[in-house]
Amino acid sequence: MTTHTVSRRDFVVVLTATGGGLLLGCRVGDRSGAATAAAAAPPPGFAPNAFIRIGTDGRITLVMNQVEMGQGTYTSMPMLLAEELEVGLDQVQLEHAPPNDKLYANPLFGDQETGGSSSVRSFYEPLRRAGATARTMLVAAAAQTWDVDPASCRAHKGVVTHTPTGRTLTYGALAEKAAKLPVPDKVVLKDPKDFTLIGTPAKRLDTPDKVNGKAQFGIDVRLPGMKIATVAASPVLGGKVAGLDEAKAMAIPGVRQIVNLGDVVAVVADHMWAAKQGLAALAIRWDDGPNASASTADVVQGLDAASQQPGVVARKEGDAAAALAGAAKKIDAVYQVPFLAHATLEPMNCTVHVRKDGCEVWTGSQTLSRAQATAARVTGLPLEKVVVHNHFLGGGFGRRLEYDWVTQAVRIGQQVEGPVKVVWTREEDMQHEYYRPYYYDRVAAGLDARGKPVAWTHRLVGPAILARYLPPAFRNGIDPDGVDGAVHLMYDIPAIQVEFVRHEEPVLNTTFWRGVGPTHNIFVIESFIDELAAAAKADPVEYRRALLSKAPRARAVLDLAAKAAGWGQPLPAGRGRGVSLLYSGWGSYLAEVAEVEVSKAGELRVHRIVCAVDCGTVINPDTVKAQIEGGVNFGISGALWGEITLKNGRVEQSNFNNYRVLRMNEAPTIEVHLVRNLEAPGGIGEPGTSVTGPALANAVFAATGKRIRRLPLQPALRTG
Amino acid sequence: MATLNINGRDVTVDVPADMPILWVLRDVVGLTGTKFGCGMALCGACTVQLDGQPIRSCVTPVAAATGKKITTIEAIGETPAGKKVQQAWLDLEVVQCGYCQSGQIMSASALLAKNAHPSDADIDGAMSGNICRCGTYPRIRAAIKHAAKGA
Repeated sequence: MTTHTVSRRDFVVVLTATGGGLLLGCRVGDRSGAATAAAAAPPPGFAPNAFIRIGTDGRITLVMNQVEMGQGTYTSMPMLLAEELEVGLDQVQLEHAPPNDKLYANPLFGDQETGGSSSVRSFYEPLRRAGATARTMLVAAAAQTWDVDPASCRAHKGVVTHTPTGRTLTYGALAEKAAKLPVPDKVVLKDPKDFTLIGTPAKRLDTPDKVNGKAQFGIDVRLPGMKIATVAASPVLGGKVAGLDEAKAMAIPGVRQIVNLGDVVAVVADHMWAAKQGLAALAIRWDDGPNASASTADVVQGLDAASQQPGVVARKEGDAAAALAGAAKKIDAVYQVPFLAHATLEPMNCTVHVRKDGCEVWTGSQTLSRAQATAARVTGLPLEKVVVHNHFLGGGFGRRLEYDWVTQAVRIGQQVEGPVKVVWTREEDMQHEYYRPYYYDRVAAGLDARGKPVAWTHRLVGPAILARYLPPAFRNGIDPDGVDGAVHLMYDIPAIQVEFVRHEEPVLNTTFWRGVGPTHNIFVIESFIDELAAAAKADPVEYRRALLSKAPRARAVLDLAAKAAGWGQPLPAGRGRGVSLLYSGWGSYLAEVAEVEVSKAGELRVHRIVCAVDCGTVINPDTVKAQIEGGVNFGISGALWGEITLKNGRVEQSNFNNYRVLRMNEAPTIEVHLVRNLEAPGGIGEPGTSVTGPALANAVFAATGKRIRRLPLQPALRTG
Repeated sequence: MATLNINGRDVTVDVPADMPILWVLRDVVGLTGTKFGCGMALCGACTVQLDGQPIRSCVTPVAAATGKKITTIEAIGETPAGKKVQQAWLDLEVVQCGYCQSGQIMSASALLAKNAHPSDADIDGAMSGNICRCGTYPRIRAAIKHAAKGA
């Protein structure tokens, strides 16, 4: 169990009586578990910034501002800190940060968020600086103790050594003195060639407790006197409860209370089994409201109509309309991608304890300060009276950037005496998501007599998620996430126009889904460039390669992937290889070759994926590989089968039997080839997903001659 | 009242006979390593062993466990196969978010306990009921083979 010192500056320290017992057996603690720490009266320590605390007992605590949802950030962030702090990863313990935008805001978003493949990009320098600052102060404290020049001292593994005399002092012994020194304005960061941790395959710090059942996810919270609730929200967005049979539910043993909030009903019970049975017994009748007849077909019709109008120009090179009109050959197409569920394996859940004078929230969130703010809004309590305890996330993928389930749990908690854990069933989760939006894209290209593109137009139609989520980022009518990847088109084409048509479809809530803008846009542009190559009767790799004169890093990954995949070598009948290339706002370059097989019955099987990755400076190469492997598999699930559909306002899918995801017997071999250099670090959590859909679609084309322009792939093959 | 043998200890619980073992473990006994994912035996997150056989605890009533031994992720490391599997998971850095991994490890341990050197087809057969949304399948397959080598 991790306890911690109460920091001396910078921190909002929250003491609670109930938090302490939660973290038993878990290496990762949170500050609000301070009750037990207070009892143990830990010694004061050194806390030069919000990320590092060193106790006089030598305990080194690193505070994790970015949350861990599988992407390895609880190892990469400590690596950045430890590299400059000069401590071993085996010497540190981790602590979840509390919500605090002032201390922990992600500079890319302006608040405390983990998303957009941004953790390393955003904190590569700030965390190294935080580590270097602490180390500089510890060295200064040692030099002062010995009355020597700090330059004659060296820090290593948590010990400062006076090199000429061999005298040593541990960080713990120096903590009290270092805490009294002024924080230096400027510190010198290491030259990357001197890195001993960054760039090495470090063991993940969160895994030991994830193989023995000790790791605490939000859903694992247990509190004295805690009740368990499960919920049914209106199956149609905007619907209301019309009636229910409360007496029948209350008759189920273990059911304690029914909370009817009009748009959602909760059954509060001693355990989940009673709550689930109680919910079924309620037999809720709904007034479906204005979206009662909404269907996928209506949504597509709306998008199609919107696509007839010009959008806001997001990128313009030359005069695309004129170049298109004058081209020897013109090709155009409509591409569509469906609504998708994130289907995190840990269903949405949140535990709350609402009291008159305060509110505590236990959950796993990608956006802690928003979770705190919504609890404050619902309860009317000031922000500082809301304590949020973060946990490991059982999958994020963008779903936990929202906080609707926190809002809902707090509303329920207001009606319940004592703490209550609200757990969604899988069916509730799948049918009340914030989904990846449906996008509808019109693309056109003009080719010259030799098949080379001279004009490219891309009009993409969909909602502006950022206009809702982060309004300052929505500028001049353009959602920078919505167009991400589309505006980064790397090919040498003299006339390019990319337009964004904002079209909201308020029949479903939508949000970011792993790979965000590029997962949709790279599918469109990499499928379409493949169409151009086919029209030019050119090899897809060669066609792309000839258009990359201004993108040497892209060309290098393309060459690497093609070579490693054996591009051009013969394949058995029914098999095909497809390639795709990615560059976007993440700053990483990826090339992927997919090898698929389509049976006579139209059954699609992915055999092999080869992915070449240049993400610049690498922190933990094994994590980069893991993220590509996982991202690819996430992309396969989405591209082959992923589709959420609406009928009578209701989501038709409900569980993993009708929302199919990849399983072991369907998973391909995946080879990841890393290009190592010292370019700025690029994002890595999402691009593996984004680059995969088009590689698969292009491989299907190679195998069958069938061009699929609307995902998912499998149904199109079977019915075709 | 039902008396269950969980991880070698007899535990008496006052629950309905049709209550799934999953909720008894998580909400009554307080062993939260076993996870809830789907409630319909579709995802494998809730896998525990009943007399060494992997079962989906979300659909298995407590009545089915009478007189049998329930083993969960919290104690699987005390079995030879479980210990090897946990170590292989760490050696090969299988885990990402980790939510499914209790179930994966319970299935993999049951496989290795009865089949010391599983083929790819054996692995497919034993593991395809366990969904990993993070997509750690290549490493799970490699780690099972790694654990088998250490046998």
